[in-house]
Amino acid sequence: MRFGLTEDQGLFGRSLRGFLADRLPLDTLRRLAESGTGFDAELWRGLGELGLHGLLVPEEHGGAGLGMLDAALAAEALGYHAAPAPFAAALVMAVQAFRSAGDAEQQRQWLPRVAAGQARIGLGFAGLAGQTGRAALRLEGGRLSGALDGLMDGGEATHFLAYLADGRAALIEAGAPGVTATLRRSVDRTRALVDLDLAGAAPVALLQSSNDPLAAARRVRDAGRVMLAADTLGAAQNMLDRAVAYANERMQFGRVIGSFQGVKYMCADMATMLEPCRAMVWYAAYAQDAVPEEAAMVASHAKAHLAEVGREVARLATEVHGGMGFTDLLGLHHQFKRITFDRQALGGPERCRHDAAVAQGWIAA
Amino acid sequence: MDLTLTPKHRALRDEVDAFIAAHRDAAPRPGGGRKRPDRKALDWQALLLEHGYFARTIPREYGGFGAPHDVIELAIIADAFSRASISPGIHNQGISMLVPTLLEVGTEEQKRRWIGPTIRGEVIWCQGYSEPGSGSDLAAAQTRAAVEDGHFVINGQKIWTSSAHFADMMFLLCRTEPDKAKHAGLSYLLLPMNAPGIEVRPLRTMTGRAEFNETFFTDVRVPVDQIVMGRGDGWHVANVTLKYERMLLGDPNKLQQRLEAIRRMMEQPGADGARLLDRAEWRDRLLRLQGEVIAARNHNMRLLTETAEGVDSGLGRFIVKYHGTMLAHRLASLALDVMGSTGLLYEPQGEVAEDDPATTWQIDYMYDIGLIIGGGSSNIQKNIIGERGLGLPREPKAAVPAGRN
Repeated sequence: MRFGLTEDQGLFGRSLRGFLADRLPLDTLRRLAESGTGFDAELWRGLGELGLHGLLVPEEHGGAGLGMLDAALAAEALGYHAAPAPFAAALVMAVQAFRSAGDAEQQRQWLPRVAAGQARIGLGFAGLAGQTGRAALRLEGGRLSGALDGLMDGGEATHFLAYLADGRAALIEAGAPGVTATLRRSVDRTRALVDLDLAGAAPVALLQSSNDPLAAARRVRDAGRVMLAADTLGAAQNMLDRAVAYANERMQFGRVIGSFQGVKYMCADMATMLEPCRAMVWYAAYAQDAVPEEAAMVASHAKAHLAEVGREVARLATEVHGGMGFTDLLGLHHQFKRITFDRQALGGPERCRHDAAVAQGWIAA
Repeated sequence: MDLTLTPKHRALRDEVDAFIAAHRDAAPRPGGGRKRPDRKALDWQALLLEHGYFARTIPREYGGFGAPHDVIELAIIADAFSRASISPGIHNQGISMLVPTLLEVGTEEQKRRWIGPTIRGEVIWCQGYSEPGSGSDLAAAQTRAAVEDGHFVINGQKIWTSSAHFADMMFLLCRTEPDKAKHAGLSYLLLPMNAPGIEVRPLRTMTGRAEFNETFFTDVRVPVDQIVMGRGDGWHVANVTLKYERMLLGDPNKLQQRLEAIRRMMEQPGADGARLLDRAEWRDRLLRLQGEVIAARNHNMRLLTETAEGVDSGLGRFIVKYHGTMLAHRLASLALDVMGSTGLLYEPQGEVAEDDPATTWQIDYMYDIGLIIGGGSSNIQKNIIGERGLGLPREPKAAVPAGRN
């Protein structure tokens, strides 16, 4: 009976952060962010060696069979270091999609490939999660046509999982006939968006085994929202840590600036906002596996609240750095943009709070 | 993370729900702590203690229920009372601050003597900390206690003494070692408010009521054994108490109670027959605060676990008072806006009767400012968060104006 991380989870988070700190010094991050694809083969391989690809994949399908809280810790570490690596969609939402709406054969066929790092699945939700952009897909005679904008983890993806308005999801191979995937570099150069135009593309799998496809789709959405909340937690913590370190070293008027209450209070405000978010993200992640009656509500609330706190921390931490924070020299903007991205993807805070109201029966859907 | 409800937990939840259903008429209105508990509140307290819904983990020999520490049990109980908007018992300075202080650093005799009557609501305590010349700079306290024939003899003045006008006892921070350095010269005494030489003058606040007092001491005699820890340990003990005060002031269960009360108001059809909960701009304000309350409650669960495991939460604990009091005030602010012009009606009933909801919310809205300032103001909290939590350097001492020292 405890509210906290296990020793293993603490160790996992620390070792992943250690790995990323080692692999992503600023000059490397700057180079990797140049392309804007949100992918680097070497980093992807390294993360696979740490077990990230199959983190949520059940052991029988070659994964580690861990839970959503472990995944949230990974997302937090990736956000902390602004790692250009597919994760929320490719390794969490896609796995959740197969588990909640894929049949046994589809799971047997695809989950081991995800766990092996061979299938990297970009995923698009559009209207179901409140993303803006085109979302008009038709499935006719087994062929998929139309347009879907803003797929996550789509840069260098091997497949795309495109959600239909009714909650079913079609898995499409990148580069198959009738599939045009346009990479759109986002303001966050560590994660791309892909716009999909389909003209009679043939899905390689149709995930439709759930009795309630929309509910299954919402569970996938909620898992994604928790991951984006965790990503923001990490990115914002990074910015706070760096602001505190800078305030402890930068001298003006013969004093370190952190001894001025004006600067100290900005740091204290950031810490006060951010610290409770940690437990909130833990609980939201844990609830996805263990508290089904609250899962939807807390996922949307975590996403919305972290978006609000993240925005404040992003501004304040940049401000503490003064002009340096505004430059590219310190690279603080990678985390700033990470937070910017997390806020809009899978629905902004107003939409998430609306979904939280629906989830607790305050209003009709 | 393991919040699985065992059959024992589920049974407890059902038991608490059944208790509330059976006894809800006996419950006083939630809140309070600003008045001496009346018969109804004392009876309710006794009932809660008997069932272990209050002071659950305090040992039986001190008057508690003696259950082992289980954060889920505490959460289940708090949640049930919040959901039902039923008073979870008395929360005052004695119960929430002095009792945990005695449990942490009191003698066996002090625990046996004071904890039971205090948690039953029979003995009301007030806190003698601030002075006209030492508010935020608490350690500068000048109230003196000299030792004469086995007694401390106290002279000086305290201010902002909440509840002093009806309290039975005071825990007092005063200077017993004038020759020692500022922090090392203080002691923490326990004294009866009816001791000769104590004069209490009410201090009317912006609520129109006198929640605070000025307390004057003229040769007040207290036996030398009425001290917590030793002479010169007062600053340490005072900080133990402050730790609990700040947790009390940031109590997330209070936040949850308020949130629920506001939601219920917003579910009532207004004069035009429409519910505010159906209007997006109102609903979003409520939801925004709900998200923050959820974060505060989750954070509290984390702190409870860390406390139970003997981990010092550091930063996690330092933020609670600042975070909780600001959030509480924003909740009261929304409540006022929801009530609109009908919420302007203000008829405080003073010490004798319960206030109507509009008056209660208006008092909360104003009193919250007092809570933001008291117990270490938000700026003091931010100093603590910045310096002790984040490791930033202290503000250098400024030059003292000419003619002062």
